[in-house]
Amino acid sequence: MHPAPSVIIFSTISGLGFGLMLFLGLGLPDVNGWVAAVFATVALGLAVIGLLASTFHLGNPKNAIYAFSQWKTSWLSREGIVSILTLGTFFIYATLWAFMDMRIPALGYLASALAMTTVFTTSMIYAQLKSVPRWNTAVTPLLFLLYAAAGGALLSNQMTVALILLGLVFAFQSLAWMQGDTALTRSGSSIETATGLGGLGKVRLLEKPHSGKNYLLQEMVYVVGRKHAAKLRVLSLLLVALLPALLILLTEVNHVIVAVIMLSHIIGLFAQRWLFFAQAEHVVGLYYDAR
Amino acid sequence: MTQLPTSTEKKLGLVIDLDTCVGCHACEISCKGWNTVEYGAPLSDMDAYGGDPSGTFLNRVHTFEAKAEGCASQTVHFPKSCLHCEDAPCVPVCPTGASYKREEDGIVLVNEDKCMGCGLCAWACPYGARELDQMAGVMKKCTLCVDRIYNDNLPEEDRIPSCVRTCPAGARHFGDFADPESNVSKLVAERGGMDLMPEQGTKPVNKYLPPRPKADVNGTQMPALEAQSEEITGFLGWLDRTLEKI
Ligand code: SF4
Ligand code: SF4
Repeated sequence: MHPAPSVIIFSTISGLGFGLMLFLGLGLPDVNGWVAAVFATVALGLAVIGLLASTFHLGNPKNAIYAFSQWKTSWLSREGIVSILTLGTFFIYATLWAFMDMRIPALGYLASALAMTTVFTTSMIYAQLKSVPRWNTAVTPLLFLLYAAAGGALLSNQMTVALILLGLVFAFQSLAWMQGDTALTRSGSSIETATGLGGLGKVRLLEKPHSGKNYLLQEMVYVVGRKHAAKLRVLSLLLVALLPALLILLTEVNHVIVAVIMLSHIIGLFAQRWLFFAQAEHVVGLYYDAR
Repeated sequence: MTQLPTSTEKKLGLVIDLDTCVGCHACEISCKGWNTVEYGAPLSDMDAYGGDPSGTFLNRVHTFEAKAEGCASQTVHFPKSCLHCEDAPCVPVCPTGASYKREEDGIVLVNEDKCMGCGLCAWACPYGARELDQMAGVMKKCTLCVDRIYNDNLPEEDRIPSCVRTCPAGARHFGDFADPESNVSKLVAERGGMDLMPEQGTKPVNKYLPPRPKADVNGTQMPALEAQSEEITGFLGWLDRTLEKI
């Protein structure tokens, strides 16, 4: 699948924002006044920037308003609705907390729950697709939630929780890659089932339907740069989880260290999300003898 | 609404005969023509006269080769367009309600006045039957020529999809699969019509007729040429040996 920058930025940055909301909603860190205001602004800012980035990949944004209508069946519609609810709830909670010194725990818990629900709906947009076997697994939503929570824990300075979450990220990301590499084969789809010609023998593409590029190839049969995938996987785990964990364990965490940790985590996160798209094989590739 | 109907009155669709298709791409071109001037936004081309042309098509003709061990290979031309699936995964994912499946005849359509061009339906379709038009920014797909088949302004013989009307080989058939007595239902029964990627669970309405078994696939292979003798005699032999020595 095509790793569109707008989609990568959206899912990583907004994930961090909603992850931070999770902890702020729980009343962590225990701050108030302008410090609380800064934390809340960062959370809202990240979530909103991410959501805005996601509109850049729309072909016809003027109809985006209809996207709130199909919540009964569409995860994308649900994501739109829940994200607006989350932003609204969190905004009220944070305003009361930072400016009126009135932290309402129940409202905070609601904001936390909504923030995680938003991340879950995002992940289900991908996990629901049978046509992309690598994504079509329960590990996909689990990982999205873990990444968001781990990033939120780092941002809100909850380093012990962050350590645990980074460990889980490491474990489940490794599992996802191991499972993912065989997902297409295990799905049972092949060029033989795609063409129905398996009975005649081994099938291969003799002539492409078009000599140039097209939307399908660009969007769903993206194979550019896959050869660096193995290196990028190692690099991503190193930056997203290992280096931050080591810094937390071995150094006196101050502002500079936190900045280094966040930088490392975010670069690792971008690499992970790039791989998430670039390595995902859509079954339509079978019609082009590509995966 | 993006909820799929539990059942549809008719199941209109196509039968594509892989035995008969000659791979001429006429269906593809007539489809492009009809749908550029008729239904919805035209099917645009990008850089049409430049070095890197591409464009939106609702039907594309692949060519495959199938070969069993020890047999001659067989070439199969393979037109592919929307299969108007009964369990169409492209419809429920649509956030705007632009994608829908009609209760009366099962045709899967996109309402371009609602589509925001997110492309999620194209991701959900296993068959690559939907293409986002790069000029209009809305999703395009086969309409089964909904603007022809019910069109009283057209002569009766033209009230079938443009691809079916055009196919010079008669490899494409249009009809109602809900009626067991229809031309398409009979063809499917007689010739063992099949689903593409049945494991995806989409229950396609369109069916493909497999190539008829060849009389003798093994015998069609050319006998191997007799090996030439190593030793060349006469003048050529002398030349060969002399050149070898230089
Ligand atoms: S072929 Fe693709 S676009 Fe057509 S109904 Fe089936 S899933 Fe939808
Ligand atoms: S591209 Fe249009 S039709 Fe397809 S899912 Fe998005 S809004 Fe719906």
